[in-house]
Amino acid sequence: MAIVTKRVSPTRWFAYFIVAAGSIIMLAPFWFMFVFATHTNTEILSVPPPVWFGDAFVGNLNLLLDKLPFFWKNLGWSFYIAIAVTVLNLFFCSLAGYAFAMYHFKYKERLFAVIMATVMLPSFVGMIPTALVMSWLGWMNQPKALIIPSACGAFGIFMMRQYISSAIPRELTEAARIDGCSEFGIYWRVVLPLITPALGTLGLVTFIGSWNNFAGPLIVIRDMEMFTVPLALRALQGTGQVPWGAISAGSAIAVLPLLVIFVISSRRLIAGLTSGAIKG
Amino acid sequence: MEAPMSTSRSGAAAPAKSRRRLQPWEWAPYVFISPFFILFLCFGLFPLLFSVWLSFHSWDAATGLGGMVWVGIENYEFVLGDEWFHKSLFNTFWLAVASGLPQHLVAIPLAFFAHTYLAKYRNTVVGIYFLPFITSSVAIALVFNSLFSRDFGIVNLALTSIGNFEVAGIHPLAWLFPTSNIDWGQPQYTKPMIAFVVFWRYVGWNTVLYLSALQTIPNDLYEAATIDGASRRQQFWYITLPLLKPMMFLAVTMTIIGNLQLFEEPFIITGGTGGLDQAGKTAAMHMYNTAFVDSDFGTASAVAWVLFMLIALLTVVNNKVFSQKD
Repeated sequence: MAIVTKRVSPTRWFAYFIVAAGSIIMLAPFWFMFVFATHTNTEILSVPPPVWFGDAFVGNLNLLLDKLPFFWKNLGWSFYIAIAVTVLNLFFCSLAGYAFAMYHFKYKERLFAVIMATVMLPSFVGMIPTALVMSWLGWMNQPKALIIPSACGAFGIFMMRQYISSAIPRELTEAARIDGCSEFGIYWRVVLPLITPALGTLGLVTFIGSWNNFAGPLIVIRDMEMFTVPLALRALQGTGQVPWGAISAGSAIAVLPLLVIFVISSRRLIAGLTSGAIKG
Repeated sequence: MEAPMSTSRSGAAAPAKSRRRLQPWEWAPYVFISPFFILFLCFGLFPLLFSVWLSFHSWDAATGLGGMVWVGIENYEFVLGDEWFHKSLFNTFWLAVASGLPQHLVAIPLAFFAHTYLAKYRNTVVGIYFLPFITSSVAIALVFNSLFSRDFGIVNLALTSIGNFEVAGIHPLAWLFPTSNIDWGQPQYTKPMIAFVVFWRYVGWNTVLYLSALQTIPNDLYEAATIDGASRRQQFWYITLPLLKPMMFLAVTMTIIGNLQLFEEPFIITGGTGGLDQAGKTAAMHMYNTAFVDSDFGTASAVAWVLFMLIALLTVVNNKVFSQKD
């Protein structure tokens, strides 16, 4: 492959150019988000708009905190909810995945098919009744309204079942059972330590999903103090002069954790997100 | 331990079997999978069934459960005849096609290009295209709102500078690109703008799907075709595309299901209102507004189920179309 000396054709150069131009279009919004976060509104509204960083980030942040007095708290709720959802999913999904991968039991295939079928249910159908259920339970404006319903996702169970059945030989769990290990002990002491790579991937996917969730909090969180970051950012869109600098600063803060995760683990993340689609 | 053993030995075969203690590995799996089913019953199935029940009632949530009045299929009749619902459906389909079709028309060649010609930088390039998919739709929609603003937006600046590009006193591109700033808030521009943002967000996801499918096509096929004298273009049309069909089916299905429930991007871009003349109001937004702005939960539930039926119908049609070609 490397010793091909054939000249690169003009068509291919054109294709390289298109792909490169496309990459710029993909990245430009992120670039402007960070650049605008460091400029005052007057600078952003000038023609042409700034393309390099300014020094107004602190000013924008103060403006943001002025419009959203609970922004740090909102950020805290977003982290709290995302981490809680992630930890619960890792536990419940791996436990269920382990059961589906390693045990023989009656109705196993049918129960698994039911789980997979729930993935097909469009989320908007549950939007209205979920809001009602939450208000009957008295969970409105409470993080648990976002944590408990999403504590065990179907995608996670599928992913864990795939990984466990390919990574762990049944002899291993049989041996642990003969040695007197309890059923939960086999999961906790034998299976769990062996599936950390899959847990890492599922953790990333779950965290990102919860962090970005907008429709969920939109219907169950009404109190500004309890907002998650997406809701808080949306509240900036009020009437009057739009504070573009502050909006960009807030958006940049909301996107930053995701960018860090992506830079560190993009390959693993992409593989994890697509695994359901490819194998399923 | 001694007593039950002796009884089972002396007793008849059938009762002994029924009295046998259930072993831990027989009941444990049911316990292990129970969290999903408990959560699904409480927060999945029950709400759905209640929503079906609700869609046959007229109900203002403020009156409590006692205020529910059975109206039969009245809500459905109203929804099916409602002009605003028709308009939101039209918007939804417009957006689904205008953002969905280009996603696949770009993603397939891009994945092929990345697979065939990019070696060292493949992951970087694919990663760049994929990045929008994992970022917060709210943050992104807000940023796009500033990029698309009329007087200072970078999009207008780029488009008009191409439109006003001048060679020897003439503007060769003025017929295709605008020469003055576009007001993206006007109804005729709302949908194209939303469609672009949705396209931008999901094209990388589809590229990754197609790329992973391309990587499963054995290289021998291409080698054999090269020996037989097939050009790259012929290889693309006669080897790659047919073998991509299963993934195309899956990706198109996901785009249809996803695009018909489009909510977040148009909701943020139009500030929750649907924009001027409701040009950017999708069916899911119509459902949301009926429930949470007009407090008409019965009609909103009917909207949800009509939309659900449409999605199910289109999924079936898509299924038929893809299986027919064989």
